[in-house]
This record gives sequence, C-alpha cells and structure tokens, in this order.
Amino acid sequence: MTDRTTTLTAEDLEKELAAYLSEKTKTEVGPADDVFASGLVSSMFAMQLVVHLESTYDVAIIGPELKIDNFRTAQVMAALVLRLSDEAGDA
Amino acid sequence: MTLVKCLVWDLDNTLWQGTLLEDGDVRLPDEVRAVIVELDSRGILQSVASKNDHDLAWKKLEELGVAEYFLVPRIGWGRKSDAVMGIARDLQFALSTVAFVDDTPTERAEVNYHAPEVRCYTEQDVLSLIGLPEFSPEVVTVDARRRREMYRANALRTEEQESFDGPDEDFLRSLDLVMEIRRADDDDLSRVEELTLRTSQMNATGVHYPDRVLRGLLADPAHEVLTITLTDRFGPHGAVGVLLLERHPGVWRLKLLATSCRVVAFGAGTVLLNWLVDQAAQAGVHLAADFRPTDRNRMMEIAYRFAGFTQDPCVCLAGIGDPAGGDVQCLHLVTARREGPATMRLLSPDLTVATSI
Repeated sequence: MTDRTTTLTAEDLEKELAAYLSEKTKTEVGPADDVFASGLVSSMFAMQLVVHLESTYDVAIIGPELKIDNFRTAQVMAALVLRLSDEAGDA
Repeated sequence: MTLVKCLVWDLDNTLWQGTLLEDGDVRLPDEVRAVIVELDSRGILQSVASKNDHDLAWKKLEELGVAEYFLVPRIGWGRKSDAVMGIARDLQFALSTVAFVDDTPTERAEVNYHAPEVRCYTEQDVLSLIGLPEFSPEVVTVDARRRREMYRANALRTEEQESFDGPDEDFLRSLDLVMEIRRADDDDLSRVEELTLRTSQMNATGVHYPDRVLRGLLADPAHEVLTITLTDRFGPHGAVGVLLLERHPGVWRLKLLATSCRVVAFGAGTVLLNWLVDQAAQAGVHLAADFRPTDRNRMMEIAYRFAGFTQDPCVCLAGIGDPAGGDVQCLHLVTARREGPATMRLLSPDLTVATSI
C-alpha cells in the first residue's frame, strides 16, 4: 500500500481537515466543530468537501456514505476517510 | 443560423445622424430608437464601439434617453476590433454570436480582418436588422426580455464578491437574497421549459418535460408545478429553478427538481429542498425523489443525501408506481420540520392546501 493515509494518524487527519475547513469557511474551525449546524454550508461547499476528500485521500464516497452525519466535523470526516481506505485496502 | 446575442453599434452616422465632435448636435431618428428597443425586448444585448470623446458621447446617449440599453461600451480612440473583442470577452460571448454595425467601410474591414467571426452590417442595414433571422429568436422568454438587467446585476455582483473577504455566509447575507417559489401559471411555462433543457448539471432526473406535458400537469390537481425565482439587491437572477411534485396519500413524489448552475453557489438547491421537506412534514407525508445518477449531476445527489434522503425501503412507496425509467432510483425521506434559511428571505405557497388553477 502506497496510500498516504496509511502513514497518517487520525489526529493528523483531523488537524489537516480542520485547517481545510477553516480556510474554506474563513472562520476558525476546531476538530469537533459542526460546520453544518449553523446552516453555514451551501450545496456547492458540500460538493467541494466530498470532492476534496476523494481526491486528497484517494477514497470513493458513494450512496449511503454521503449522509451529512459523515461530514459534520473534522473528526468524523477523518474517521470516514480512515474507514474507507481500510475497506479499500482489505478488498 | 447562429443567433446574434450582442449587437455593437458605431455612433456617428450609424446610430445617430451627424458627427458629434464636428456638428455638436446629432439626431437620433425615431425608427432607429425603435430598433434599439425592439432588439432589447428580444433579449439581444447591445453595446457601443465608437471613436469619440468618451464623456461627451456618453452624455449624448444619456440625453437621447438610450444610454441604459448599452452594456460595457467602448468609446475612445483605439481599434474597433479591440473594442468589439473586449465587449465579447466582458459579456462572455463567442465572437460568432456578436454583430457589428458601422457606416465606415474601413472600420468594418478592420473588424473583419482581426475578428472574421463577427458579422458586420452597414448603416443602411440598421432599419432592416429586426427582420433578419439572426436577430429573431423563436421563443422570447420573460428572462430574455430582462437579460440586459440580469447581465448588469451580475457584473456588479461579481465585482463585489471579488472585493469581499469575509466568510461566504456573510457575503450571502449582504446580498439581501429573496427566493420566490410560486405555483406556475401559463406565463411561467416557457421559462420552465428553458430550464429543464438547459440545466443538465442540477437536473436530478434528466427527464425533460415538454411545454405540452407541463401544461397538462398544471391543470392536474394531483401535481404541483412550481417555479423558483431569485432576486438580490443588484437585481434579478430570473427563473432559477423548477420543481414538479406528485401527490399521493402518505407521500409526495418529487419527479423533477432542476436548478440553474448560476445560483448553486448561493445554496439555492439546499434551501429549496429544506423548504419542501418542511412542507411535507407539515402535511404529515414522506418525500420520495426520482434520481438518475449521471456524470454531471453528482451535486444534486449530494444535495439529496445531505438533506437526509436514503434508498431505504418504506411502506409509503408501495403505492407510487415505478420510477420514471430503468436506471432511475427512488430516494426516500421520513420528513420532520426544518428551520427556514439563514441566508435569504423565502416567499412561498402553502403546499399543505392543495389547489388547482
């Protein structure tokens, strides 16, 4: 496996994603902050978010995995990425 | 025949009679004024490329009461071909959709040399332009008639967005967005048809509903045909969405939801879906949505999924029949009340009361 997620811990991922969210929303976003709670996010941003995770971490997020609860915070996104790349590795 | 989307006018002895800097006074014949107004009403944009003193010429256009018809004018001493190409670039039109009218053969030749795709006309053609097929679109929609206003508003909006560095949500709030959802009437239908044809990216089912079919559904109490328009403090965005809903006991089936790519960044799709979910919750019904994944409508899938739609089975789906076609999925949602949008004002009908027009 050359996938870079194998060398990233959940904590690294969370930090990376929180930084990404902060940059995109132009507000300080912590690892546990819910970016969807404020209704702050447009469908355009949701799209960007999905595409960002897929292209940066080489995962495919399809069907049932596209639920909002998988994207609320940097923490749950990190968990999603790790789980999906594990599943891809096992297959 | 490629339709002309923008006509660029020379001024001296073309738009008006006389040479402004020599004669001081120039005259705009009523027949030419009528051509300007008619082209505008057909949704053909107009601009100016004139070798003149900018301030004087623009002041004269204002005095003559026609300045408002001309977008991104180029009045100065540069080459006409540069002016025409600059106008096309500003309006984001291909040169093959731009026309140029000038009384001077040299100017027409110069434009033709550098931009051969641009169609050139002489001052003698002016009064007959409105009879030419390339200036005669078959259908003139409500939006076409307001196209000039929409372009102007869009230019201002882009300028402001580029100079804005706060959070996007704050920018959206600063726009004073108003979304109006209404039950479509006859007048709205040509705009609806244009939308279902044009906005492939956000058309959830990819099923086109021709004018005839939609008219039939207007009269059908089991269906709701809704159109969505968006306005902000810069002006109208025009018709930006269409929604077709079929009522069943216990569930409403969303057969068509198309929104214009132009307003995706404003979160229009999400606002619309949330409103519909809330209406269904008030009516005590579930929602079902036809969805055919294509390589271009992934944003729509994300909008549905993020709104809570799943492919889980539900007893409510037994009575609604098969989806529109073989590869069309049925997405389903158990509805609950939702809060209204934070970024825009919403004007909407009450769907819990069924009416037919």
